[in-house]
Amino acid sequence: MNRILTSTLLITALAVSACTNPNRFGGDNMNGAGGLTGANGSIIPGSANDPASTAYFQQFIGDRVLFEVDQSSLTPAGQATLDGQASWLNTNTDYQAVIEGHADEQGTREYNVALGARRANAAREYLVSRGVAGHRLRTVSYGKERPIEVCSQEACYAKNRRAVTVLAGGLSS
Amino acid sequence: MILRLMSMCLALICAVAATAQAQQGPLRIEITEGVIEPLPFAVPTFQPESGDAGQMAVDLARVVSEDLVSSGLFREIPASAFISTVSDFNAPVQYADWKAINAQALITGAVSVSGNSLNVKFRLYDVFSGAELGSGLQFAGTIDGWRRMAHKVADAVYSRITGEGGYFDSRVVYVSETGPKDERLKRLAIMDYDGANVRYLTDSASIVLAPRFSPTGDRILYTSYESGFPRIYVLDIGSVQRRVLESAEGTMSFAPRFSPSGNTVVYSLTQGGNTDIYTMDIASGQSVRLTNTPAIETAPSYSPDGSKIVFESDRSGSQQLYVMPASGGEAQRISFGEGRYGTPVWSPRGDLVAFTKQNKGRFHIGVMRLDGSEERLLTASFLDEGPTWAPNGRVIMFARETQGTGGSSSLYSVDISGRNLKPVRTQEGGSDPSWSPLQN
Repeated sequence: MNRILTSTLLITALAVSACTNPNRFGGDNMNGAGGLTGANGSIIPGSANDPASTAYFQQFIGDRVLFEVDQSSLTPAGQATLDGQASWLNTNTDYQAVIEGHADEQGTREYNVALGARRANAAREYLVSRGVAGHRLRTVSYGKERPIEVCSQEACYAKNRRAVTVLAGGLSS
Repeated sequence: MILRLMSMCLALICAVAATAQAQQGPLRIEITEGVIEPLPFAVPTFQPESGDAGQMAVDLARVVSEDLVSSGLFREIPASAFISTVSDFNAPVQYADWKAINAQALITGAVSVSGNSLNVKFRLYDVFSGAELGSGLQFAGTIDGWRRMAHKVADAVYSRITGEGGYFDSRVVYVSETGPKDERLKRLAIMDYDGANVRYLTDSASIVLAPRFSPTGDRILYTSYESGFPRIYVLDIGSVQRRVLESAEGTMSFAPRFSPSGNTVVYSLTQGGNTDIYTMDIASGQSVRLTNTPAIETAPSYSPDGSKIVFESDRSGSQQLYVMPASGGEAQRISFGEGRYGTPVWSPRGDLVAFTKQNKGRFHIGVMRLDGSEERLLTASFLDEGPTWAPNGRVIMFARETQGTGGSSSLYSVDISGRNLKPVRTQEGGSDPSWSPLQN
């Protein structure tokens, strides 16, 4: 692929993801693959109807799993999402990922950093157990520093207790 | 006229009451007894002893008064109530005039300015004993450092009356916060203990957490995400030069604190999702693992003599406080009350540990003895956390976060009897305060 085409694709991908993903953590949580397949032949690389794109991963595979209060064990729904992530990562081997662990605001700062690390690691170990090479997966914890929901109720806390698989690489690598 | 009569009556009543009080003993506050009635003092404007010292004389007396009042142990008698004035620093004090307005302590001062240098003298009088308490002191410094001179006077007064060390000539490093909860910007800031002279030490490009002073107050340890992962940095306050401490690829390090010698850092290191406590020699970068369990072990803090470390662990199934030897080894659990305990900090006096407690959906700042006895909760709110000790071990500063979508964090202080809870003035929001030792 020549350089100009690559750049064009990249710019398109960035533009599309900028439109569909107003926040850096991607769209809403959607478990399971499916939906758009690009069957009409008009796949825009990098867009959500490109199955090899970050946008597709976020929207149709689901980039995050949620946790119970003060827990780092995976729920059945979380495992199903990670099964989808594993098979996607096993198909799209250009990508690497950083798994970000997060906690809700109910907890002291240091403990929450450590708790987020446990959550990120639980997601990572599950992906590795499903065949994703360990060297492709790093983890980081943000503790309670990066909530996506700001109310002080369980409805928000539930969404903040998460491990988010953030892709790097692919087209841009 | 009526007002004047009233104030004279008040003065008389006070004088009678105070005479009774004065017979009970010398000018003294026992902090441990939990002071309910602040001690009344008068601090007339200092005497300018050089032509251009007039404003400085006013400002110094004001800051001395603000310091003492802020402790909750003292109450200022307003100048409008004064019967006598002090027009000469060396003239004899008219005790009767100060007794009449119930000023139990009288602080007089004089100030002279010469170029950029400042000279401050003060005397403290026990009005009801009719004698000077301690001898006069003199401080020399610079015009720019004038607030420190006032803090030193206030520390001397506090110290002479309470028998405890002072804490006013000290600084606080903290995380300055702006922006909404989901886009919070954080940067390190340093200020005088009372919120004056704020200086920012980092920008807010990456998350910074929990700065901690070195035992000599010249360096700061903190955690930053600037590499994309939490790592520990050591920053020289004077030069604002910083460097990252060694850490292995794929690990996260955070929650650092200096040892009392200032040569070693105790901190948490996370590897493979498991968080344990390590120490590192700052000069050589050599690290030693102190705990080795699958539990979360974090928030370590040295005893003042450097022989032990208090930390939190969830090895029992929930966050609790433990004490272990500084070289690692078997740890004793010290917290046994209801709820969860975290962020323990050893008092500089060695007698107490301050902590954050979570119970029934509320957060508290509390203190307990090192064997876990005499637990005392000092605060309660939606979210209080991260206590730090004043250099004299009598006051605690912490962060309080308010609830809800518009929630924000700010600094508060409270004394160890749970009294005198009040916000600390900061320009922006604040969290993770760390109180410096007394300055030299």
